Amino acid sequence: MRDLTSSFLELIRLAATDLPAEVEHSLQTAQAREAPGSAAAGALETILENVPLARQNSTPVCQDTGTPIFYVKFPEGWSTRKLRDQIRQATAQATALSYLRPNAVDSVSGKNSGNNLGDDYFPTIHFEETEEQTLTADLMLKGGGCENVGAQVSLPNAQLGAGRDLGGVRKVVLDAVHKAQGKGCAPGILGVAIGGDRGSSYYASKEALFRPLQDTNPDPKLAALEEQLTDEANQLAIGPMGFGGETTVLGVKVKSMHRLPASFFVSVSYMCWAYRHRSMVVDGADVTYI
Amino acid sequence: MHNLTIPIPDEAIRGLKVGDPVSLSGVMITGRDTAHKWMVETFVKEARPPEGDDREVYEALKDLLAGGAIYHCGPVVAGLDTKEYRFVAAGPTTSTREEPYQGDVMHHFNVKAVIGKGGMGPKTLAACQEVPGVYLHAIGGAASLIAQSVQRVLAVHKLAFGVPEAMWVIEVKDFPAVVTMDAHGASLHAEVEARSKTNLERLLAAEVR
Ligand code: SF4
Repeated sequence: MRDLTSSFLELIRLAATDLPAEVEHSLQTAQAREAPGSAAAGALETILENVPLARQNSTPVCQDTGTPIFYVKFPEGWSTRKLRDQIRQATAQATALSYLRPNAVDSVSGKNSGNNLGDDYFPTIHFEETEEQTLTADLMLKGGGCENVGAQVSLPNAQLGAGRDLGGVRKVVLDAVHKAQGKGCAPGILGVAIGGDRGSSYYASKEALFRPLQDTNPDPKLAALEEQLTDEANQLAIGPMGFGGETTVLGVKVKSMHRLPASFFVSVSYMCWAYRHRSMVVDGADVTYI
Repeated sequence: MHNLTIPIPDEAIRGLKVGDPVSLSGVMITGRDTAHKWMVETFVKEARPPEGDDREVYEALKDLLAGGAIYHCGPVVAGLDTKEYRFVAAGPTTSTREEPYQGDVMHHFNVKAVIGKGGMGPKTLAACQEVPGVYLHAIGGAASLIAQSVQRVLAVHKLAFGVPEAMWVIEVKDFPAVVTMDAHGASLHAEVEARSKTNLERLLAAEVR
């Protein structure tokens, strides 16, 4: 089996230092909407100065390089045990090269492992065998500040007056955005999952984030909900960094899953503006990065 | 733009208002969760006896923090093997986790500026009025840009806390931030929170279209 360690290292470098163009464009559009001279406009201006600088110098966009979350889809014949080893090696190398901050802390002793390798859950790696001929690895760096403001609610919820329907989902999401204020480094991107169990629901809320920022949900009902939530979250006027302003979220991505008759979970993963994610496709001897 | 030099005199602090952009220069230290817990438990509340190099670090901090600034930041640092440290990425971390400690730390060490992101609560706002001090909001995620304002790493204390949690003594030039809590009791965070709450209630009262 081919050794992909150096390719994984490049994937990590790109994710940490080179913000996807679509996120940058979306931030530029947001900046144009803010009142000139406002704190919100100033915040976005600083953000937009930082992005090309990080890209040019190959330094992290944000110092919190988060939990590296890998989703690897592979054709028959690859060894997930070896792939896991290679990803872990690449992660340690990326840390030594300062693309990643040492972020793996032992929850009992409080000790930082120093190389981003923790137990089986750090970094997070999901594997899935597919029928494709190519191997695809998606990587997301999920920072702590925004992860901390995520939310999961079991519907119905009396306090929010939220029932077990899309109207209830809407209330949960808007409440989560309000509670987050600027703490998740607004403007954020929301990954929302409806249904599942507590675990699968949060998992799906992260998966939803991998959709292109400007795409439309194939389900017309969810597409309408996404549009409405984006618009209404922005009406909260929390603004960039929570300074007040026009743009609180850049987009909302909703995924629906089957659920138990007794459960109706809504899970919200808040992704900060520094939405660092990259993919690599391995096709025979060729490796391309997206 | 207000240019501030550390140590910051009280008159300069009182001259700052919520919304003012500032540019900071001088020597500051980083400190986040572990550092704040350690400072408060060991020296403010004296809940446990100093051990190891605790005393030495405390003496160094007293000088650095008098009239000084503490930055909630867990940086990416290069040169760990050679000890020729260099800040590579150094944006702010969420400050609210230090809310239980910050006011006490400000009083104890006479800290004039707390720098972070996301704002802080009533206890810190009260300390800003009493000390007097300000809360400065740096731009979250603007890590490469902010690292460029770090001219030199002068020392590091408590590296055993881990790179993000250690107390790095840094010399900065033109470090950009915005005043979001001032010494006159104003907090931009409280304002935005209240306004967005009204907006939320209006939206929640209407059903899905
Ligand atoms: S929320 Fe995102 S941008 Fe903000 S500090 Fe954390 S990782 Fe960086």
